[in-house]
Amino acid sequence: MCGIVGLFLKDKSLEPELGKMLTSMLITMTDRGPDSAGIAIYGDESKGSSKMTVQSDAPDLEFSGLDSALADALGGAVSMQVISTHAVLSIPAGSFEKARQTLSEVRPNVRIMSRGDTLEIYKEVGLPKDVAARFDVSSMSGTHGIGHTRMATESAVTTMGAHPFNTGDDQCLVHNGSLSNHNSLRRKLRREGIHIETENDTEVGAAYLTWKMREGATLGEALESALDDLDGFFTFLVGTKDGFGVVRDPIACKPAVMAETDRYVAFGSEYRALVDLPGIETARVWEPEPATVYFWSHNTLPTNTEKAA
Amino acid sequence: MQTVDLQEMGLRGVNAALHAQADDTNQTAWTIENAKGAHAIACGLDAPIEVTVKGSTGYYCGGMNQQATIKIDGSAGPGTGENMMSGKIVIEGDASQYLGATAHGGMIVVKGNASSRCGISMKGVNIVVQGNIGHMSAFMGQSGNLVVCGDAGDALGDSCYEARFFVRGSVKSLGADCEKKEMRSEHLTLLQGLLDEAGIDADPKDFTRYGSARNLYNFDVDNAAAY
Repeated sequence: MCGIVGLFLKDKSLEPELGKMLTSMLITMTDRGPDSAGIAIYGDESKGSSKMTVQSDAPDLEFSGLDSALADALGGAVSMQVISTHAVLSIPAGSFEKARQTLSEVRPNVRIMSRGDTLEIYKEVGLPKDVAARFDVSSMSGTHGIGHTRMATESAVTTMGAHPFNTGDDQCLVHNGSLSNHNSLRRKLRREGIHIETENDTEVGAAYLTWKMREGATLGEALESALDDLDGFFTFLVGTKDGFGVVRDPIACKPAVMAETDRYVAFGSEYRALVDLPGIETARVWEPEPATVYFWSHNTLPTNTEKAA
Repeated sequence: MQTVDLQEMGLRGVNAALHAQADDTNQTAWTIENAKGAHAIACGLDAPIEVTVKGSTGYYCGGMNQQATIKIDGSAGPGTGENMMSGKIVIEGDASQYLGATAHGGMIVVKGNASSRCGISMKGVNIVVQGNIGHMSAFMGQSGNLVVCGDAGDALGDSCYEARFFVRGSVKSLGADCEKKEMRSEHLTLLQGLLDEAGIDADPKDFTRYGSARNLYNFDVDNAAAY
C-alpha cells in the first residue's frame, strides 16, 4: 500500500499555496505509507540554466565546495541551495550529462534526485510530516506537484527506494502497487543501456518510460505501451514540465480519486486527501477509468473533460 | 434527532454511540457531520436506526450492517456495505470499488455510478445502481440481485453462482459462465419490487436478465489438461 497525492493548478493565484496544500494532502496519506515520503515540485524556471537536485547522507561534508567544483568542470556559473539532505544546483542549460559525470568523480556518494528546468524532487525515509518539515515543503510555490507516501513491499526502505522517481528531464513518476515482472524487465533495460540504480520495482517502471521515450515515444505513447509491458498492479501519476498524467492498470484495484474545479485538478489515493482543498464540496469528483491514460497540461486551455495524451 | 460531529467526537466515539443503541431505542435518527472521507463510519451497527452521513465517506462505511438504514449524502469509498447482513444503505453520489462485497442481506442503493467489482461474492444482498457499474462486477456472486439502470463494464458475473443480474443498458462483456437469460413474469415482478424498494422509477420490461450458465458447477473432464 502507498499513498499518492497530486495537484495541478489552473488558477495562478494558488501557486504560492502549492507546497502548503500538497503538504496537508501528503500528511493525510500517512496511514497508507508511513515509512518514507517524497515530493516533486514544479517551480520557477530561469533562462539559460537548469536544475539538478542532489542528495547526500552527509550533506555538510559532501555539499561543501560542490558548486565551485562543478563550476570549474562545466565552465559556467553554478549556484547551490542546500535544503537539509538535499541541494538544488543551478547549472548551465544543456550541461547535465557533464555534471553527472563530474559528480560521480568528485562526489561519488552524492545521489541525483532529479534534473530539469523546473522540477525539484525531495525524498527521504521517515514519516510524511517529518519529511515535509525537513524540506519546508509548505513554503514552496509552483505550478504543479506530486507527492508520495511509501509502504514498501518490493524493496528496502531507503532514500533511493522512496518516490518520486525521475525519468528524464522534468519528468517523474510515483506508483501505488507492485510490479511483478520488474526483475526480467530490469535485465532487459540494463542491456539497452538504461541506468537503474536499485532493486526497486517502481524504478524499473520509471526506467521503462525513459527507455520508451528515448526510442521516440511521447509520454502518452509510453504510458499506453506500459499497459502492455508492465505486469502487476499500478496506479501511476507522472509529472512533466507542463502538467501531470494518470494511468491505472486494467484490474485497477489500487485506488484513485480525482477532483476538478476551475482552479485546480487534484489527485488522491483516497477522497480523504482532498477534503481540505478550496471548493471541494462543489468539485467534480470521480475515479479514473482502468487502462486509460489521462493528462492535464498547462499548454492547452483547461477543459472540464479529461483527455488521453 | 441526534447530531454528532465526527471530527470532534472521533470515529470510535461516534461508532460506540451508534453501537450502544438497543432494538427499542428512542434515539432512532442520527446525523453524522464532517465525515471528510473517514474510514469505517457507522460500521457494525445492529439496531433499527436511521443514520445520515453528511459528506463523502472512505473505506467500509456501513460494513457488517444489521437493521440500520444508512444514508450517505455524498460519494462512498471502497468496500461500502461489505458483509452487510440486513438493513439499507443509500448512497446519493457514486460508490467506489467492491461495493457490498460478500453482503448477505439488505439493500444498497446507489444514485450515481458504482465502480469495479460491485457486488463481488454477493451472498444475498440486493444492490440497485441508478447509473453504471465497473468491470468484474458480481464476480463469484452467489445469491441476491444486482440491478443496473445504466451500463455494466467488462466481465459481468464472472464465475457466478445463483445471483441474478438485471441490466437496462449495455454490458461491455460477460464473464466466464455468465449468460443472458429469459425475463419471465416472476422476474418482472421481482424487479418491480426491487425498483420500488429502491425508490427508482424504471420499467422492468426495459431490463435484460443475466445469470449463471451453470457450466462451472461440475468438473468437465475435457478441461483436465488445463490443470
